[in-house]
Parts: sequence; structure tokens; C-alpha cells
Amino acid sequence: MPTNSRPTIWEHAQDKGVSRRDFLAACAWMTALLGLPNESVAQVTKALETKPRIPVLWFHFQECTCCSESFIRSSHPGVADIILDKISLDYTETLMAASGKQAEDALHDTMTKYKGEYLMLVEGSIPTGANGVYCCIGGRTALDIAREAAAGAKALVAWGSCASNGCVQNAKPNPTKATPIHELISGVPIIKVPGCPPIAEVMTGTIVHLLTFDRIPQVDGLGRPKAFYSRRVHDTCYRRPNYDAGLFVNSFDDENAKRGYCLYKMGCRGPVTYNSCGVMRWNGGTSFPIQSGHGCIGCSEGNFWDNGPFYHHLPNFPGFGIETTADDLGLKLGAATLVGIGAHAISTNIRKHRLLKEERETSEVVQDGRAEQGGS
Amino acid sequence: MPKTTTLGRVYVWEIPVRVYHWLNALCIVILCVTGYLIGAPIAIQRASEASFAYWFGKVRFIHFLFAYVFFFNFLFRLYWGWAGNRYASWRNFIPFRKRQWEEVKAVIAVDILQVDDQPIETIGHNAVAGFTYFFTFLAFLFQAITGFGLYAAMSKSWFPQLFAWIVPLMGGDFSVRQWHHVFMWFFILFSIVHVYLVFYHDYVEGRGEISSMGSGWKFIEKEYHPHMKEKTVAASKK
Ligand code: HEM
Ligand code: SF4
Ligand code: SF4
Repeated sequence: MPTNSRPTIWEHAQDKGVSRRDFLAACAWMTALLGLPNESVAQVTKALETKPRIPVLWFHFQECTCCSESFIRSSHPGVADIILDKISLDYTETLMAASGKQAEDALHDTMTKYKGEYLMLVEGSIPTGANGVYCCIGGRTALDIAREAAAGAKALVAWGSCASNGCVQNAKPNPTKATPIHELISGVPIIKVPGCPPIAEVMTGTIVHLLTFDRIPQVDGLGRPKAFYSRRVHDTCYRRPNYDAGLFVNSFDDENAKRGYCLYKMGCRGPVTYNSCGVMRWNGGTSFPIQSGHGCIGCSEGNFWDNGPFYHHLPNFPGFGIETTADDLGLKLGAATLVGIGAHAISTNIRKHRLLKEERETSEVVQDGRAEQGGS
Repeated sequence: MPKTTTLGRVYVWEIPVRVYHWLNALCIVILCVTGYLIGAPIAIQRASEASFAYWFGKVRFIHFLFAYVFFFNFLFRLYWGWAGNRYASWRNFIPFRKRQWEEVKAVIAVDILQVDDQPIETIGHNAVAGFTYFFTFLAFLFQAITGFGLYAAMSKSWFPQLFAWIVPLMGGDFSVRQWHHVFMWFFILFSIVHVYLVFYHDYVEGRGEISSMGSGWKFIEKEYHPHMKEKTVAASKK
């Protein structure tokens, strides 16, 4: 066993009374969560046996705690427990027992003792309006706290849509100037785990990856782990054959809705939303919105609140009030163009009258010219 | 006695330009129709199982197929802007020269506001038309980038992946898709105006504007282009 002063994850699990069998089962689960092949179970197990627990600071800024709620409901109880146990959650406003000075001390202890080693998890956006007074903890603004903590963090995970893209807080008109974390913090790797909330298994999967491989998972162009966000809900949706067949629900109470046809025309955002809902589903794989007959609202995509209405495929065209889509506008512009053309055509016949008449007359001259040449 | 005019035949649009033009027109019509259907599919009421039908999949397939044709045809036209004749040259599309700006002013006065009757002497695109096409080329590019950017998520081929960067740049698939949809209207509005103006020029100038994209020839008044080669003039007289 390593001589590290901090206990390894396995040691810690033993202290908590976790059996070897449960530990291995959890390792296998985590391997599956990461989307790794069977052979990797050994690698994951080894990592968890030998690696000390990572100190974790979990901050709660402008949020509703749905991400935490989702996380603690990870489907496999062993996984949730072990993950909660095996990270050393040194500070998290909603789950820690400590409060007041004790809590602040714990935070500072970790930040100084484990500088450059701890993991920073951020739930919620950060308000920058009015110097950030909309979110203060212990008398300091969220931005202040985040900057200080990020300076010594090994990596930063932006939990949920709030931290990743602003979610409802930064929907128009965004009175508090709520801002996603990556726009405020730099110099530390940021992994975005969007969703409102993210799926529990996606959250645990991301943490497990960080624990197991000691480096950030592969991310896509927007900084989301590819393992969970590389496919659209639409690509893994069980209603997809209906989409390809052109079988659509037209209204929520029609026959097609009963038959379980595709919800595209009901505004389903599945085709533009990257998430694992179609595969992992929610609450331990029980269901997901589309399975219960409601379209995806695109909760893991930036701006999803402003891209409304949720029940129309085309959003309102910005700047033209509600219920005006690009197609409405296009049709009006098309009609205006036709009117303009009509007016121009009339004007042409009036204003170019002389010219047109002259042309008709001169045309004969050309024929004469040709007649001169060859004689017709 | 009205002044006399001698028309000379000028070979303006070479075959590659004409083929490009009609292929492009075909692609745009098909892409607009299929694109519109993708945005607002007709919902058929049918009791049969999904596995027996694929019509929406086919609509999308046609969109993607013509998307490729559209894009490579466009690239070809860009190439022809260097390889082709002077009327096809890229120089016609950007008014760098003073003469072009003067013509812009003249075209606005003569053809748009109709406050003047001075003849516009250009043989190929006039300066306003050329500059407008410059913007349509930008729209082609935009539509291709957003389209292939969206397509990257559905394709394993390397080619669409070249455009995947547009998605994070525009904030996500949703806005890429919305703008891709909005630009369909640019194509529709452009087509309406374009077709009208072709008829207008043919009617007012009598130079064979409409047929020129079929035959390649235009009929130009000799007095505006006294340097016009005798050969071309002679050709018109047979
Ligand atoms: C004249 C050019 C084009 C027009 C007018 C056009 C129009 C449209 C429209 C209106 C939509 C529906 C958007 C919506 O409301 O969801 C669409 C979808 C789409 N277009 Fe285009 N498009 C054009 C060119 C292209 C090109 C060059 C590509 C390149 C691959 C492309 C790829 C796509 C894709 C991938 C979709 C989404 C289809 C789906 O998710 O099922 N388009 N297009
Ligand atoms: S219900 Fe939504 S996600 Fe599923 S196939 Fe239809 S559009 Fe795609
Ligand atoms: S189906 Fe869409 S809206 Fe629902 S949870 Fe998944 S990503 Fe969010």
C-alpha cells in the first residue's frame, strides 16, 4: 500500500465498510460509465486502489441545486456513495455539515494545503452586474471566490448549464449579468458538463475519468466530454425511425402522439442537442423526456431559454416580437419584393417609353443593313 | 429619323459558365424545396409502421446530395473566375476600379431609379450586378459552411468535418440551423429579383439577355464598342 499520507480510495472505502465485492462492482460500473471496454476494469480498479482521494471544492453560485440533486441520485447506489466518499469533498455549501467560520476554514485549508492538486467543481453561473453583489458568500462575491479558488485548482468542472452556458439566469434580459465560468476564468482546464441538470451518470462518469486517468477527458469544440456529448439526442432517440419515415406528431392530443411518432414538429430540440439522454436516460435508465411524450427542450445547449418557444421548430426571429419566425418574415419580404417588382415594371414602361419606342424603330435599320449585305 | 444601330454578336458566357449557372439554379431550387420541407415537414397520417417508410430520410438525402453538387459547382465557378474569359473574371465582382464605381452610379440612375436614359455599355455583368453576385457568393459560402457544419454531426466522412468549427463559433447547432434556415430566404428573394431583372434587361436593352445564358451570345450596339472586333460583327451578318 502506498505510503501516502492521504488514504487511497480503496482504503477509504474499506474504512466505510465497503466490501471488496461492492468495490469491484463499482469499478466495473465506472468503467462502463466511461464507455471503456471490459478489459479496462482492471485499470480503473488499480487506479482507485492506488490513488489517494482527490480533494474537491464544490462551489454553488447562481444555481438551483438541481445538479447536486441529480448527482446524489446516481443510479447505482454503490457508485454514488463511493464517488461521494472517494473524492474528498472538503467544501460544498449544500452538503457539508460545517457552516460559518468552520466552513470557510475548511475551504482555505484545502486551497493552501493542496494547491495545484484539488479539483474545483462549479455549480451555477456568476453574476457580474452591480459588481457581483447578486451572489455573495461569506461576504465575498462569487467572482472573487471563483478567481481565488481557480488559481490553485488542477482542473475545473462546470456543472450543469448554468456554469457551462448561463442557463436561465443569463436568458434575456439577464438582469444580473449572469456569466458562464469559462468567460471569467482562464489558466485552468475547464470541462463543461451541461444539462439542466446533467444526467447523474454523466457527472459521475466525468469525475471518475478525472480520478482514474488523472487528466481531463477528451472534449469537443465546446469543451464537453466527448464520451457523453458527442452525439445528439436525436441520434440515439428511439423515435428516430418515425422521423426518417416522416411520421410526426401534429398536436399533443392527436392519434400520432398516441402512436409514439416523432416529436419534431412539436419543437423537439433533439436534432440540435448534444446529450446522452437517449442512451443513459434518467433516474437509473427509467425514462427520458421524449419517452414520456414531450420533446427535448435542449437543456444542455447554450441559450436554450432564448431559443423559444419550446413547442415550435422555428424560434422567434430576434427583434421582431414573439410569434414571428424567419418564415413569416421571409414570406412578408417575398410579398414586398413582388410588389416592388410590379411597381418597377410599370415604371419601366412609363419612363422608358421613349427609349423602347426608339429601339423598336431602329430595329428595322439593322435588318436593312443585313439586306444590303446579302439581299434576303 | 431615329439613329441607326448596328448590333454585333459577342460571345460572353462560355460553356463552363453556362453549365455552372444552370446547375447552380437547379441546386438552389432543390435545396430550397427540400430545405423548407426539412424545416416544416408535411405530417402524413398513416397507421403503417415506421420501418415501411423513409420519405423524410429521402428528402434529407436529396438535400445533402445536392449540397455537395452545389458546393463543388461553386468552387468550380471560383476557379473559372481566373481561368475563364474577361466576362467571367473575378474582377467583375468587386468594384476596385473607378470606372466600376462610376458604372454603379449610372446603373442606379438608369435601371433602378430610372431618372436617366444614358446607355449602360458593359457587355457582361454591369457593375451593380457583379457586386450583387459578390454578395451571393458570400451567401453561398455561408450556406455551405453552416450546412456542412450541421452535417458534420451526422456524417463520418472527413469532408464535412472540415466545417465543424462553425458550430462552437456560432454557439451551438441551434443557431447554426436557424441561420441556415434564414439564409434560405436570401436565396428565394434573390431568385425572384434576379429573374425579374433578366427579363427587364432583355426588354429594355434588347441585347438578348435571357437567351445569352443558353447560347452564350449577346447582341451589342456597335457604336458603344467601336473597337469591337470586325469578326464578331461580321459573324452577326453571316
Ligand atoms: C441554397 C442552399 C441551401 C438552402 C436554401 C438550404 C436550406 C435549408 C433549410 C431551410 C433547412 C431547414 C432548417 C431547419 O429549419 O431546420 C436546411 C437544413 C439542412 N441543410 Fe441546407 N440549405 C442549403 C444548402 C446546404 C448545404 C450546402 C448543406 C451542406 C451539407 C446543407 C446541409 C443542411 C443540413 C445538414 C440540414 C439539417 C438537416 C437535418 O438535420 O435533417 N444545406 N437547409
Ligand atoms: S422525437 Fe426528437 S429526438 Fe426523437 S427522433 Fe424526433 S426529433 Fe429526433
Ligand atoms: S431530453 Fe433534452 S431537454 Fe430533456 S434532459 Fe435531455 S437534453 Fe435536456
